[in-house]
Amino acid sequence: MRMHVLMGIVLAAVTGGTMAKSELLGDPKAGKAVYARCFACHALTYNRTGPKHCGLLGRRAGSVPGFEYSAAMKHANWVWDRKTLDRFLVDPIKAVPGTTMGYAGVKDRQERTDLIAYLEQAGQSDACPEP
Amino acid sequence: MSSRIQVYEASSFLAHDSPDMESRRSFLGKSGLMLSGAAVALLAGRDVLAKGSKSAGSDVNVLNSALGAELEAIAAYQVGAESGLLQKPVLNLAVTFQGHHKEHADVLAKTIIKLGGQPVSAKAKYTFPVETLKTQADVLRFAAMLEKGAVSAYLGAVPLFDNRDLAKAAASILGDEAMHWAVLRNALGEAPVPVAFMS
Repeated sequence: MRMHVLMGIVLAAVTGGTMAKSELLGDPKAGKAVYARCFACHALTYNRTGPKHCGLLGRRAGSVPGFEYSAAMKHANWVWDRKTLDRFLVDPIKAVPGTTMGYAGVKDRQERTDLIAYLEQAGQSDACPEP
Repeated sequence: MSSRIQVYEASSFLAHDSPDMESRRSFLGKSGLMLSGAAVALLAGRDVLAKGSKSAGSDVNVLNSALGAELEAIAAYQVGAESGLLQKPVLNLAVTFQGHHKEHADVLAKTIIKLGGQPVSAKAKYTFPVETLKTQADVLRFAAMLEKGAVSAYLGAVPLFDNRDLAKAAASILGDEAMHWAVLRNALGEAPVPVAFMS
């Protein structure tokens, strides 16, 4: 009995217990499929209703030349990295009140992680030539 | 005939009925305007007229996002129609779908104004990957990609509306975009409805 309890604690520690807090691994291939949801407004290489995504990771929010941002995004003072993208994508309007991105967000954590992995990979691929 | 049917459909869309609504419906019927159910709901919903309220402000932002995408879709279909790559009846299809997007954009702009907002305008110039559009299938595939994106965009917009009439009307447009996507896929020889759920 004591052994079972002990094993249960160990299992919880190595599976669900730690997974909830650990970083998920992003799958760029799955993320590409999630990115299809963005196609109404975004593209990798050119600005549309939303700004282009090439060069997104490491870029200051509201800084793509030639794109007209909301005041909220211009003054968000964010730099896009995995953490800030995750925070924004889960609920854009809550993250940056006043953003013109009228989208409820990507609520599934794994999907967000995959999407960010795709954006990261695409940014370093031939799909995003050097500016 | 068709306008009467459409006005009739509109009546099942409305959350509120009133003598004003009756006269509006009567006017629409007599004028022969081809307004969809969504259009009437957007233009006539009583609580939509909460001009200047905080919730109206956030709804305007969401509506303007949708309007921007609709205006781009109109331009995209224009590029497709003028490309010389589309043959009838696909060309007719593209022009019909462009007409739907024009209706969406018109209603969205009017609703934004009713809410006290400023509708975004069409850009002087849009960027499209025209260098990748060499055949009719390329154009169809590009259009299908935009339409699928539009479905996702409206799906992401519907829960954001404070006003339930607006959410309902956006869902109506979503249904139209989904039909466009399915028909375009079918024209490409692909399964028109490949999934049970959209995301």
